[in-house]
Amino acid sequence: MNDNAIEIQGLGKRFGDFALKDVSFSLPRGYVMGLIGPNGAGKTTIAKLVMNLIRRDTGTIRVFGKDNVAAEVEVRARIGFVYDEPCFYDDANLEQHARAIAPLYPGWKQSRCERLADRFGVPPRKKFKALSHGMKRKLALVLALSHDADLLILDEPTSGLDPLFRRDLLDCLADVLQDEGKSVLFSTHIVSDLERVADYVTFLNQGQILFSLDKEELAENWAIIKGDESVVAAVEECDRRGIRKSRYGVEVLTCNVGSARKLLGADAVVERASLEDIMVLMTQQEDRHAA
Amino acid sequence: MSYIYRQTMQIIISNASPDPIYEQIARQMKRQIIDGALPEGAPLPSIRRLAKDLEVSVITTKRVYEELEKDGFIDAVAGKGTFVAARSEEFLHEMKRKLVEETLADAVMNARMLGIPAEEVHEMIRLLWEDEP
Repeated sequence: MNDNAIEIQGLGKRFGDFALKDVSFSLPRGYVMGLIGPNGAGKTTIAKLVMNLIRRDTGTIRVFGKDNVAAEVEVRARIGFVYDEPCFYDDANLEQHARAIAPLYPGWKQSRCERLADRFGVPPRKKFKALSHGMKRKLALVLALSHDADLLILDEPTSGLDPLFRRDLLDCLADVLQDEGKSVLFSTHIVSDLERVADYVTFLNQGQILFSLDKEELAENWAIIKGDESVVAAVEECDRRGIRKSRYGVEVLTCNVGSARKLLGADAVVERASLEDIMVLMTQQEDRHAA
Repeated sequence: MSYIYRQTMQIIISNASPDPIYEQIARQMKRQIIDGALPEGAPLPSIRRLAKDLEVSVITTKRVYEELEKDGFIDAVAGKGTFVAARSEEFLHEMKRKLVEETLADAVMNARMLGIPAEEVHEMIRLLWEDEP
């Protein structure tokens, strides 16, 4: 029995000068995956491909073990999706939107919708166009969370939202995840949101996957080593994932901190690498290669 | 039921600590099992409940429970939940020894590196022991 909520193999999509190349990863059922990467890395493209809003060129996408195109209707009914860009009727309010989409979802729960609207402070009778940016995103989240979806795909759900609300949202996701059948794919460039809550992290840059790992692997083996030029030598090339040099010292991102520690002894400064560190150091290196 | 944990289980996670979060949680839980704050048979929160309460990922708490189970601190009972395992006095004593040993190992390593002979270290421990009320 296949137990992945999402399974992507060799996914490719080209438009204009952007190309998503050979993207493969899977999200086990019951977990949260953070999709991170700089703007324009292809995060939204992946989310849209999973939803079959755009047609893929190559590869396969299976959601709950089923092809997402062949079983589109069934798959979509089980997904709660928050788009990067709002796609709602300007002149309709939350209640009207809820009424319009409820019949599409067998799992729709009106009471949950009302409770969430109340918790997030979304006015039920205010026209969409009259809402603030943050409130529009909250409205989208209320609708996505109200039909007991087995998979939530949240594309930049927290952009433009203040830290208090982001916290509340993460708390909400944790509630959803009390049910071990539920999974979340969460794309963002605000990586601090994922630091604690994500089980898996997939890092995308320029349409390609740089890594897709569980967070324990990252926490255990990845680190930043700071020092002079000698730390560069101490991290074997195959373990090096990024370098940042300044006038006063060097920082190296390694994916094998154990072997670096042995070579360096007690003097080296070894720090836990945050997702933000990882993102910055890895994309800097990429840029240098590209230049 | 969760009332019991709030009363008895204390877990503090430091973001500044170089130790991975799973290790911080596992260490604190082990300690509380060893010193009896979490008594034998005490029910523990589910992996997902604990993840939510601590605001950490499920995979982290899953790993904590796996490690504690492997080391014999807790038992997962299918369909019922997870409980603090029954332990013999011998096991507890061994674990207590291990805790002290870990800190002593650091001290010994430091002494070696700094060239302080064993006799002096023994003397230090003796003095510290007598000092403490």
